[in-house]
Amino acid sequence: MTGLDLSVLVEYFPMLLWGLMWTTILCACSIAFSLVAGVPLAVASISRNRWLRSITEFFLWIFRGTPLLLQLFLIYFGLPQIGIYLSPMVSGVLGLGIHYAVYNADVMRTGIVAVESGQHEASRSLGLSRAQTMRKVIIPQALRYVAPALGSNLIALLKESSLVSIITVPELTLAAQRAISDTFRPFEFYIAAGAIYYVVNYFLEMGLKRVEMKTALAR
Amino acid sequence: MVRVVNVFKRFGDNEVLKGINLEVLRGKILVIIGPSGSGKSTLLRAINHLETVDDGEIWIEKVQVNLALTGRKFEKHINKIRQNLGMVFQHFNLFPHMTVMENVTMAPMLLKKTPRKDAEEAARRLLEKVDLIEKVNFYPAQLSGGQKQRVAIARALAMEPKVMLFDEVTSALDPELIGEVNKVMKKLAEEHMTMLIVTHEMRFAAEVADEVIFMADGVIVEQGPPDKLLHDPAEERTQRFLAEVFK
Repeated sequence: MTGLDLSVLVEYFPMLLWGLMWTTILCACSIAFSLVAGVPLAVASISRNRWLRSITEFFLWIFRGTPLLLQLFLIYFGLPQIGIYLSPMVSGVLGLGIHYAVYNADVMRTGIVAVESGQHEASRSLGLSRAQTMRKVIIPQALRYVAPALGSNLIALLKESSLVSIITVPELTLAAQRAISDTFRPFEFYIAAGAIYYVVNYFLEMGLKRVEMKTALAR
Repeated sequence: MVRVVNVFKRFGDNEVLKGINLEVLRGKILVIIGPSGSGKSTLLRAINHLETVDDGEIWIEKVQVNLALTGRKFEKHINKIRQNLGMVFQHFNLFPHMTVMENVTMAPMLLKKTPRKDAEEAARRLLEKVDLIEKVNFYPAQLSGGQKQRVAIARALAMEPKVMLFDEVTSALDPELIGEVNKVMKKLAEEHMTMLIVTHEMRFAAEVADEVIFMADGVIVEQGPPDKLLHDPAEERTQRFLAEVFK
C-alpha cells in the first residue's frame, strides 16, 4: 500500500468519467446561468432608477462578500427549512450560477461604462429607446470589451464547481472521493481528478480564445 | 420646418445659448458658423434633444420637441421626433460591431419594422448614393474617415428623415477626405433635403447655404444670405471672425 500506484485508476476510470459528465453538465448550466443573469444585474446596477440601483448594489455586495460554500449550504440545507426543496444538482447550478453572475455583472458593468457616449448619442438620435440602445448597441460592444475578463471568471467557475461535491452532486471531485473511500488511495485519485480538471479547463480556455478572437472589436 | 424660439441653455454658471431664434423652411439649408465655444453645436444638438434647454421652444413642423412630459411619455415623444431628424456627428459614431449594411439597416428594421429584404434594398440604394456600395460587408474599422462619415450619412438617411443635422462632420477628417463628404452633402442639397449644418468650412458654406448664421458667445450675431454674410458682413464681430478664418 505504499508509494504511488496508478494502476488502481484503471478500474475506477469509468467512475471518474461519470463524475466528469456531471461536472460538465453542472458547469455548462452554471455558466449559461451566470452569463444570462449577469447582463440584467449589470444593467440594473447602473440604472437611472436610484431604488433599483441600490437594491442591485446590495444584492451584488452580499453575494460578493460571502463565501460560495456558505451560499451553497444556504440553498441546499437552508431553503428546505422554509419549504423549498431543491435537488443537489439544481442547488449547485443555482449557487454557482448566482455567485458567478455577480462577478460577471461586475465585469460587464465596467464594459458598459467603457462604451463611448457617442454610441449612445448615435443610437438615440436614430430614434432608438434607451432599452433598445442598450440591447442593440451598448451591450454587444461591452461584452466584446470584457470577453477576456469574463473568460477568467468562467475558468474560476469550473474549478470552484468542485465545492458542489459537498452538497452531494455526483461530480468529478465526489467521484474521486468515492473511489478513494473504496481504495484508500487519495493521492492517485486526487491527482487523476486534478488532471481531468486541467484538461477540461484547457479546452474551455481554447474555446474562449476563439470566441474572443471572433468577437474582437477592431476600432 | 424647424423653428427655434427664444432658447436659453446654461451649463452651470456658463450661459451657452442666450435667446436663440431661428427658422428653417422646408428644403432650405441653414449653415451655422462661429468660433468654438459659441454654442453652435449645442444649438444643433438641442434640436433633437441631445441637449436639454432651460427655456424657449423648439418646433419640428407642428410638433414641439421640448414638451413638458416626463418619464416614459417623453421618451416615446422624443423617439418619434428623432426618427424624423437625421444626425451626423463629428466623430462618425458608427456601430463598430456591425457591418456597413447592418449599420444602415438596423434602425429601419427595428423601428419601422421594415422587412430585411426591403431594408437592405434601400440601404444598397443609399450606399450607392454615397458611393460605398462595394463596402457593404466591411466593418467600420476597415474604412477611412471619409468613408465612415459617408456611411454615417447613409445610416441617418435610412430612416427617411425630414431634416438632416450635420455637426462639424468634416472637422475630424484629413483634408484630402473632406471633399468626398461634402460632395455627398451637396447631392442632398440638390435633392432639396432640409439641412442644418454646423461647419468651419466657409467655402462649403458659401456653396450650399441658402442662409448663414454667425454665432458668438451664445447669441446670433448676424444672419443673412451667404454672399452677403461671408463677403460683406455688417457686424464688426463677424468681420473679425472671417478675417481670422481667411487669414
